[in-house]
Amino acid sequence: MTFFTDENLVIAEEIIGRYPKPRSAMIPLLHLAQEQEGWVTDEAMTQIGELVGTTSAEVLGTCSFYEMFKRHPVGKYVINICTTMSCALMGAGDLMQHAESRLGVKSGSTTADGLFTLEGAECQAACTEAPCLQVNYRHQYRVTADQFDELLEELVSPDHGVPDHGVLSQIRQHIPEDRSVGAVPPEEVTIAPVWLSEDGETQ
Amino acid sequence: MSDQDVSEVTVTVNGTEIEAQPGEMLIAAADRAGVHIPRFCYHERMSPVGMCRMCLVDVDTGRGPMLQPSCMVPVSEGMVVDTESEDTKRAQEGILEFLLVNHPLDCPVCDKGGECPLQDQTLAYGPGESRFVEEKRHYEKPIPISDLVHLDRERCILCDRCTRFADEIAGDPLIHFTERGNSTQVLTFPDEPFSSYFSGNTVQICPVGALTAAPYRFKARPWDLEENESTCTTCSMGCRIAIQSSRNELVRYLGVDVESVNHGWLCDKGRFNFEAVNSDERLTSPYVRDPDNQRQLIGTDWGSALASSAEAIRRAGPQGVGIIGGSRLTNEDAYAWSKFARSVIGTDNIDAQLGDGLPAELVLGLPPATIADACEADTVLVIGPDLKEELAILHLRLRGAATKGRTQVVQIGAAATGSEPYAQRSIRCQSGEAAKTLSELLSSDDPLAKQLRDGSVVTVLGRSSVAESADPAVAAASVIRAELPHATFLPALRRGNVRGALDMGLAPGFLPGRTRIDNPSAMITQKWTHIPKEQGLGTTEMLQAAVAGQIETLILLGADPLSDFPDRNLAAEAIQKAKAVIAIDNFVTSSVAQADIVLPATAYGEQSGTTTNIEGRISRVTQKITPPGSTRDDWMIATELAWRLGGDLELSSKEDIWREIEQVAPSHAGVTLERVLSHETFEGILVQQSSIDLTLLAPRDTPVADGYGLRLISGRKLWDAATTTAHSPSLRHLAESPSIKVHSNDLQRLGISSGTEVRVISTRATENLTVVADDKVQRGTAVLPFNQPGGSANRFIDATAVINDIRIETL
Repeated sequence: MTFFTDENLVIAEEIIGRYPKPRSAMIPLLHLAQEQEGWVTDEAMTQIGELVGTTSAEVLGTCSFYEMFKRHPVGKYVINICTTMSCALMGAGDLMQHAESRLGVKSGSTTADGLFTLEGAECQAACTEAPCLQVNYRHQYRVTADQFDELLEELVSPDHGVPDHGVLSQIRQHIPEDRSVGAVPPEEVTIAPVWLSEDGETQ
Repeated sequence: MSDQDVSEVTVTVNGTEIEAQPGEMLIAAADRAGVHIPRFCYHERMSPVGMCRMCLVDVDTGRGPMLQPSCMVPVSEGMVVDTESEDTKRAQEGILEFLLVNHPLDCPVCDKGGECPLQDQTLAYGPGESRFVEEKRHYEKPIPISDLVHLDRERCILCDRCTRFADEIAGDPLIHFTERGNSTQVLTFPDEPFSSYFSGNTVQICPVGALTAAPYRFKARPWDLEENESTCTTCSMGCRIAIQSSRNELVRYLGVDVESVNHGWLCDKGRFNFEAVNSDERLTSPYVRDPDNQRQLIGTDWGSALASSAEAIRRAGPQGVGIIGGSRLTNEDAYAWSKFARSVIGTDNIDAQLGDGLPAELVLGLPPATIADACEADTVLVIGPDLKEELAILHLRLRGAATKGRTQVVQIGAAATGSEPYAQRSIRCQSGEAAKTLSELLSSDDPLAKQLRDGSVVTVLGRSSVAESADPAVAAASVIRAELPHATFLPALRRGNVRGALDMGLAPGFLPGRTRIDNPSAMITQKWTHIPKEQGLGTTEMLQAAVAGQIETLILLGADPLSDFPDRNLAAEAIQKAKAVIAIDNFVTSSVAQADIVLPATAYGEQSGTTTNIEGRISRVTQKITPPGSTRDDWMIATELAWRLGGDLELSSKEDIWREIEQVAPSHAGVTLERVLSHETFEGILVQQSSIDLTLLAPRDTPVADGYGLRLISGRKLWDAATTTAHSPSLRHLAESPSIKVHSNDLQRLGISSGTEVRVISTRATENLTVVADDKVQRGTAVLPFNQPGGSANRFIDATAVINDIRIETL
């Protein structure tokens, strides 16, 4: 079963190499899979299981625990409107209603063109900026109905700066060789990071 | 903690002081003191998780009482525990109210009703009423998560027992919690069933009716069940089980927790093959060959069947009779047949092993080890079959010990095995060359050599492939005896009571009690009227003698040489050439179908007696149901035949037989009938003494591979065409269809693509089979499982050769 592209497979192997136990790479690999496809397919979970040496069922167990791993196709942009207390008091209900009628879908569904998925979400830790929402997990504060419409227009125009759903960041993490723990036996992993010298000073 | 001796700590439970081991969990200490704390998730053979909170009790460690889960709290000195306080009771009521929020309470239609910990503990500790009036969670009612196990997620209380078992004990984490919060549920990955060899255990440990076993669903209610404690004889591990029947039909086996053997676990084959005992295909009356139509068996009565059997034995004379099989029998039955063969017929041509085991003197004469020894040894050296396939519970025990770091498993063999995930080292060698590989290892500066020389070693020794003779195993034993004199041995023999049969002398040259025929005990010469002077023939030699016309009458004592003997052609020719074949069996196997006289025997669960496992541990098998038709115990058939041959075995009951065994068998001296009938057989009576002085014959060398052929490796699988599996409707479809597996590079070299049909050529047969590329197979070898339905490796094997090579050609 091959899901990852050759290019991503190289990245996957590099990620696995960062950890003493391959299994620890499961969540980073799920992110990588979501980045490649926009959601986590069954094939992806099977291949991740093979890569980290466990069963697909265990990968599914981890994957399904986290709501941000989507196991069904979602739109290019996932819009999460916060529905928790502060936002609810500040009009999140009206905003959701507006969003539903504007997009023509109920919360939890994806528009027919595959562009937008609308979701209600729990607190996004921006209560001072209520009501708030996220587009592909990028915050928008104090959103009014008009601002929501503008946001949609911006998202269908080029150069808006929001990457497709699944892309975690536009700069890929790189761990330099001298800072990498790598696949050492777990019992040899010391508490102190390897780049710390014995007196605690960075090298 | 001070530095004083802390070998025991004192804990006060409900006002009584009890002693506990440091590090022990409170719930376990309370259990031993007879104080029951209710629980769902806690299981004494698995690590605690504190999932269900049912075991909350008031614990005071000096800071005042507070509720703590007793399965997660280790005992400490001076701890004061109250399991009946008001707070504890309120907590228990609260937890049960919570657990029942989503439980459907469909007890009247639930298999678990009547033996359900949730039902029982709700009655004992529950609030009686629920404040939850909302709609319960709904899921699709039972979904099959494997061929044998159904899952009802509505009933599940998320205790983590099944998922923990799958991961921690079985090593097959194919079921897992998915989703979270209110939607949390146990599930498999889509289209990847919970096809573990041990899946039935999850049904037994499920504290609610969420997991049910397909063979038992809606078969009985627990209050209708009758139960006897017995020992499983599906393989030679001797797992303790409870056999349960309803209306004189076996409906369920449950694993019983014994420290020495199975820790309560069973493999699915042993757990579910009771279906065979109930099968309509059982032999229930004698048959003889129709004189008018030689291709047909016709029913007859016992009198004439026994008369013609006796006539066939008399006509052949002592040297012209051969008895093959006997590992299905209880110890008592085996003794009766051993005595009948020697004392009445006067032959030593008797062998319980079907040419696929180890020489009897190795089994009886090598320094013995127990399963517990293996689990505590510094190193377990496995030179033999894939334990996961052949001795599944031994695999489970070793896996448990190895994953907990108590022992290190090192295996030397030619094929990939199920032990590899937990083995410290899996050394691949050419088939038949384990001894050479081991010598090279021991003379190298590999740290493993030092580990083997300096630490304790238990060797699990067996035949790693049915396509190789016993010589490589003998060679390995010789190397170990010479180089590692401290090593002890556990023979990896497979069939039910094979160890007991060998102990009772069902091997040429051996008498009951692990003595040689030329050195009988004083009592045996007194009790037996005749003991042959010359050592007789083993199974292979008997079959050869039958082909040569020297053996006229073959007695198959629960044996099916056409399926189980490594060399089908030799077995077929022998059965055809023999003037009379007498088969004593439960089913019409392929060999029984060729027999001239068929005598129906009682099956497992229909007879009582004792059985001996690979360690030499004696435990009881008990009768639970009435045998069907006119089937008889094997020992009765021996006494009847003895009468008709003018002899008398002087045995009139199983108790009688055991008394005689205890008298005549030196190794069993002191194992009195009283002990055998006592509770001592729960853990089993370990009989290890042996008077066999081992003189290993020099094994034949393994020929060098010629470069054209592929060396054939044929191991057995848990699911195969075995008689009991084939007659169990729930199990018979689990065996895979036969295909020959070869490394992809070898296939490329031969210009054959994977999945195509090829011509397989050996010295014995040329037949077509599907070839599949498998890079786990070592280059230069071909793996074809033994005794699979629809085609077995035994067609290609020459039993007289040390190893067997095959060639593969395109059609």
